[in-house]
Amino acid sequence: MAGNLVQGAVFTVMVVRAGMLRDPAFEPELAEQIRRSPRFFLNAPVVLDLKAAAEFTHESEFAEAREILRRHTLSLIGVQNASPAQLQTAAGAGLASFAPNAPQPSRSSPRESPRTALSLPSAAAKTRLVTQPVRSGTQIYARGADLVVTAAVSPGAEIIADGNIHVYGPLRGRALAGAGGDVDARIFCSRLEAELVSIAGHYLVSEQLPPEQQGFPVQIALVDDRLTVTRN
Amino acid sequence: MAVRVMVRRRKGEVFLAGKVIVLTSGKGGVGKTTSAAAIAAGLALRGHRTVVIDFDVGLRNLDLIMGCERRVVFDFINVINGDAKLNQALIKDKRNDLLYIFPTSQTRDKDALKRDGVERVLEELKESFDYIVCDSPAGIEHGALTAMYFADSAIIVTNPEVSSVRDSDRIIGLLASKSRRAEFNLEPVAVHLLLSRYSPERVRKGEMLAVEDVKEILSIPLLGVIPESESVLKASNTGTPVVFDEESPAGRAYLDAVARFLGEQRELRFLQPERRSLFRALFGRA
Repeated sequence: MAGNLVQGAVFTVMVVRAGMLRDPAFEPELAEQIRRSPRFFLNAPVVLDLKAAAEFTHESEFAEAREILRRHTLSLIGVQNASPAQLQTAAGAGLASFAPNAPQPSRSSPRESPRTALSLPSAAAKTRLVTQPVRSGTQIYARGADLVVTAAVSPGAEIIADGNIHVYGPLRGRALAGAGGDVDARIFCSRLEAELVSIAGHYLVSEQLPPEQQGFPVQIALVDDRLTVTRN
Repeated sequence: MAVRVMVRRRKGEVFLAGKVIVLTSGKGGVGKTTSAAAIAAGLALRGHRTVVIDFDVGLRNLDLIMGCERRVVFDFINVINGDAKLNQALIKDKRNDLLYIFPTSQTRDKDALKRDGVERVLEELKESFDYIVCDSPAGIEHGALTAMYFADSAIIVTNPEVSSVRDSDRIIGLLASKSRRAEFNLEPVAVHLLLSRYSPERVRKGEMLAVEDVKEILSIPLLGVIPESESVLKASNTGTPVVFDEESPAGRAYLDAVARFLGEQRELRFLQPERRSLFRALFGRA
């Protein structure tokens, strides 16, 4: 029955950037455009793009935007690229949410860093790729992402990722995956000679690593709160 | 005592700027100064105008290795501070007309190496020399960082043992991030490996890392392998760069390294334990 109650349709909707409303040239230019094709603009729906707009956290600001557009026979119906706070205020002002929007705080996992959630709204986190040898004394941190190294990781180097770590070369330094607490993160390497491996805070130092796995391609995972090393 | 004329070299319309080579290692005692002296002398023997600069302010040694310690009047720091002119401080080598030594101060410390002053001096040297060989101090502090900062090429002097290899690895990382070329996103510093104090006999016994092991860990091109040799010690003590000793395997290995640096192909030598000839076994030491 629900299929009959809700029907899908695609509409063309104008998008107005929030910053343009503040521009004194905006209203005269809009009026000029409408004068040229009044039928197209009459009661046309408008979505307000809040990308990079810090304001619009009060309902009165949405009312003001609605009023400006109303003067030009346009009808504000929703927002996009809104922060969770803006989205909530917009909902209070009776405005719909159009994708893309930042995810609601309640929907994102508490382990995700807020920065990742905001800057990468709907796409998967990008993998950090390192193609040069990671030299002793160097530290590389893939924040909120996987880390792929296609060269050797030297003793005394440290590679850290909130996600998984892949090393297509000898892993001789330290590797810390799931640094943000992700217990499902894993470490893969084509030659295990590591000084230390860690997943979500659980770690093994070199002498605790199984000697029979040393020098071999392995993956390391957290199983029942224990780090396990298995040959690939 | 000092140099009289500095020639500003031009070839047609093209201005020939000298290349800055730093010899560095992180770890001390691996043979940086010996190698800097030998490489600089080797470049001069190949017909290139070369100056070798001592960056080890306060622990001056290059002048001793080059045998010019009694001719030092002004030094690198004097020139940086504008107290002396470049040609008052440069010392011309007595064995080779193309070779100059630029000693440093024994009384000052590394803080005297001001980056803008060093840059000004290097730029001035680039106008009259093909190669400017910088002998870096050990460590990764200001002195070593200043020595490497302006480098076009780096020769990483490494001994075949794990601590030296790890320190070299660190230095290679610093060259890739802290050099002027890295900061200005220019073509990266060309990094070469020079393996010194190599003893094939001890490698065979498993007491030393083999060439292949070091190459594998550092993954940079190998410029040369210098065999452990008594002639190096003798050369240091007599103030003669070892390349001037034609009998010495180490001297010949350095000349090979210089040839490779200049782009020639040379087979690696002195990687096998030396077989004592019957004559030598009977009549004396190798």
